[in-house]
Amino acid sequence: MKEVRDPLTGHMTTGHEWNGITELNTRVPRAIWLFILVTHVWALIIWILLPAWPVGTTYTKGVLGLDQRQQVNKEIAAAERAFAERDRQIRERSVPEIMTDVSLMNYVMDTASAIFGDNCAVCHGTAASGGPGYPSLIDTDWLWGGDTDQIMETLRVGINSQHPDTRHAQMPAFGRLGVLSGRDVRLLVPYVKSLSGSDIPAEVRAAGEDLFSRNCSSCHGADGMGRLQAGAPNLTDDVWLYGGGDNDIFYTIWDGRQGWMPAWQARLSDEDRKMLVIYLQELADGERP
Amino acid sequence: MISRLTSGERSIALMLASTGALIGVLMGAFGSGDPMGVHGWIVLAFCGALILVIGNNFYDPEPSEDRTLSYYDDPTKAGLIIALSWAVVGMGMGVWVACQLAWPDFRFENAWSSFGRIRPVHTTGIIFGFGGNALIATSFHIMQRTSRARIPDQVAPWFVLLGYNLFCLIAVSGYLMGVTQSKEYAEPEWYADIWLVVVWVSYFTLYVRTLARRNEPHIYVANWYYLAFILVMAVLHVVNNLALPASFSGAKSYSVFGGVQDAMTQWWYGHNAVAFFLTSGFLGMLYYFLPKRAERPIYSYRLSILSFWGITFFYIWVGSHHLHYTALPHWVQTLGMTFSIMLLVPSWASAGNALMTLNGAWNKVRDDAALRFMMIAAVFYGLSTFEGSFLAIRPVNGLSHYTDWTVGHVHAGAMGWVAFITFGSIYTLAPILWKRAGMYSAKAVEWHFWFALAGTVIYVFAMWNSGITQGLMWRTYNESGTLKYPFIDTVVAMRPYYIARAFGGLLFLSGACIGFWNVVMTIRRAPLKEPERDYPMNSEEPQVAAVAGK
Repeated sequence: MKEVRDPLTGHMTTGHEWNGITELNTRVPRAIWLFILVTHVWALIIWILLPAWPVGTTYTKGVLGLDQRQQVNKEIAAAERAFAERDRQIRERSVPEIMTDVSLMNYVMDTASAIFGDNCAVCHGTAASGGPGYPSLIDTDWLWGGDTDQIMETLRVGINSQHPDTRHAQMPAFGRLGVLSGRDVRLLVPYVKSLSGSDIPAEVRAAGEDLFSRNCSSCHGADGMGRLQAGAPNLTDDVWLYGGGDNDIFYTIWDGRQGWMPAWQARLSDEDRKMLVIYLQELADGERP
Repeated sequence: MISRLTSGERSIALMLASTGALIGVLMGAFGSGDPMGVHGWIVLAFCGALILVIGNNFYDPEPSEDRTLSYYDDPTKAGLIIALSWAVVGMGMGVWVACQLAWPDFRFENAWSSFGRIRPVHTTGIIFGFGGNALIATSFHIMQRTSRARIPDQVAPWFVLLGYNLFCLIAVSGYLMGVTQSKEYAEPEWYADIWLVVVWVSYFTLYVRTLARRNEPHIYVANWYYLAFILVMAVLHVVNNLALPASFSGAKSYSVFGGVQDAMTQWWYGHNAVAFFLTSGFLGMLYYFLPKRAERPIYSYRLSILSFWGITFFYIWVGSHHLHYTALPHWVQTLGMTFSIMLLVPSWASAGNALMTLNGAWNKVRDDAALRFMMIAAVFYGLSTFEGSFLAIRPVNGLSHYTDWTVGHVHAGAMGWVAFITFGSIYTLAPILWKRAGMYSAKAVEWHFWFALAGTVIYVFAMWNSGITQGLMWRTYNESGTLKYPFIDTVVAMRPYYIARAFGGLLFLSGACIGFWNVVMTIRRAPLKEPERDYPMNSEEPQVAAVAGK
C-alpha cells in the first residue's frame, strides 16, 4: 500500500495497512514536547532538592537536606512542647480545680471528646449512653463506683482484663452449671423483677426469696442493692445492663455474665484518662435535669 | 466446537484435561481437610466436564474445512460470553459490597459473605474475570486480523482461555473460604499462582507464534500493547508471588519478602497491574477497535510510539507512590512521585491520539453509541491518568491516601476507561464474530451507554466528595490544637455518599445486564450478514474477488 494524503487532515499515511486500519504520520505536536520538557525539568529540580537516587549503599540526600523521618520526629517534639504545660496542669491539679479553670476545661472537653470517640464510643456509644451489654456512662448507676478516683481506676485496669490489678467480676452460670434447675430460675425471674417494684403473688415471692438468699445475696446483697467491691449490680433500680425482660433475666441467671472492659493504662496516658473522667462527669451533668 | 478439532487435537485436548483431572484428585486427596482439598474437587469437576464434552464428540468425523481460508474465532466467541458473565457477577458483587458499606446488615451473618471476603471476589471478578477474559478474547481476534494469519493451532487458545478461567474460579472460591495471601490484586495462593504462570506462558507463546506467521510486513501498534501486557504481567506475577508454601498439602504460604521490602514489591506489582493489565492491554483494544469503528486512520503513528515507550518505561518506576509517608525510605518515594509526573504526558498522548483520531467521525460519535463508548473511554483515560499523577504528589497524597478518593480514582479508571472501552469493543466485535448486520437492538446499546455513564459519574462524584471530606476531617484541629473529629464522625459523614455510590454501581450493573442480553439476542436473532474481507492473507483468491466486486 502506498502513502496517501488524508483529505481531512492533510497528513500523509505511513503506507501500512492492517485489516483496513491505517495510520497518519502526523508529527508529534509541539505542545507534547513542551509538556515533556516541563515535567522532566520539574523532576530534575525535585531530584536536586530531595533525597532521590540510590548510589551504592547510600543515596543522594538532596540540597534541602529533608528527610521524612527527621521531619516527623521534629513535628512530634514540637507538639510535645506545645502540650507540655497543659499536660502538667492536668497531671498536677485536682479534678475540681481543673473543672473551675475555664480555659483548661475548654481544652479538656475539646480533646477528650475525640479520645472518647476513638476509644470508648465503639462500645459505649457516641453519646456514652451504652447499649445491651455495655453500660451507660451518663446515668448515676456505676457498677464499680462513680467517684473520680473509682472511675480512674476502672479505666486504668479494666474489668476482667489482662491487667494484673484488673477489676474482676463474674455472674456464674447458675443454670448451665447445674446449681439451679430450670424451675428454680423461672421462679427467680419474677422475684428479681419484684425487687424493682413489680407485684407478684405471695407464694412466688416466698419461694423466690428463699432461692435468692441462698444463691444471689452474697454478691447482690440480701436487699438486692448490689455490692461495689464485687461489681455486682443493684437489682432494685430500673437499669438493666443485659435487658430487663423475662427472657433476658432468665438467660442472665442461666448462662451467667462476664462483662469485659480493656485496661487503658498502656494505651492512654494518665492525662488522657483523667481528661476522660472529667469529660464523662460533664456529660453526666449535662444529662441531669 | 469439538468437531472442528482434528482427531489429533482432540487427543491432545483429552490428555490435557485428564492431566488436570489427575492433579485435581491429588490436590483433593493431599489437601483433604484444607481449602486446598475443596479446590482439588473444583479442578476435578472442571476438567471432568471438559473430558465429558471432548469424549462425547471424540469420534466425530474429521473436520473438512480448509483452515487457510478463515480465522479461528470459536475461543474468541466463548471468551466474549465468559467476559460478560464475569461482568455481571463482578459488578453484582460490587453492588453488594457497596451496600454492605452503607448498610452493614447486608452481610447476613455469614463468614463467607463478610466484607473482607466478597470484596476481593468483586475486584478479581472485574479485573481478572471481566477484564482478563475481554483482553484474551479481543487479543485472539486482533492478533489474527492484524497479522492476516490464522492462529497456529486450535488447542492452545482453548487451553489459555479455559485455564485462565480455572485460575479465576480457584481465586474467587478461595476468597469465600478465607484463602488469601493478603496482597491486593494478588490474593490467590501459591498453587493458583503456579497454574497462572503455566497458562500465561502458553498465552505469550501463542501470541508470538501467531505474529511469526503474519502476512503483514509490520506489527500493528495494538499488538505491542497486548504483548507488553502479557510480558510484563508475567514478570510482575512471578516476582510478587514468590512464596514458600507452609506445606504442600495446604493453601497457606509465606512471602519470601518481609516488611517494607514486601510492601514495595507488592505495590510495584500492584501499580503495574494497573499499568500493564488495565492500561496497556486495553490500549491495545482501543488502538484496534476505535479506528475500525470510526473508519478513520490513527491520528499519529509517531504519537503512538512515543506514548507506548513512555508508558512502558515510566510506569515501572511509580509503584512506590502507594507508600508515601510510610517506613519506605524517602528517596524511593521521591522517585515514585517524579516518575508519576513524567508519566502523565505519554498517557495523555494516548488519550489525545484516540480523540484526534475521531476528527472527521464526530457525527458517528453522535449517532453510534458503540463509538461513543470508546470516546468516553478515552476521556476517562485522560481524566484518571491526570488524577493518578496528581494523587502521586506527596502532599496531595497526604490528604487523599487511605480515603475514598483512592476508591473514586480507581473506579474512574475501571468503569470510565476499562469497562467503557470493553463494551464499545464488544458492541463492535459481536456482530463481526457472529456475522450479523449489527447489534440486535441499537436502542439497548444507547440505554446501556447512558446507564453506564450516569452510574460512573454518580459513583466517582460520590467518592470524590466522600474522600475529600474524610481526608479533611482526619486532619482538622480544634482551637485547643488537638484533633477535632473521632473516626466514627467521619464514618457518619460518609454514609450519604456510600448510598449514592451503591446506587451508581447499580445503574452501571443494570447497563451491563442490558448489554449481556443484547449480545445474546444478537447471536440468536439479529439478521445475518457476511463481514467484508475477513479471512487470512493465504486465501488471496477470495480477497481479490471481494475487492474486484466492490
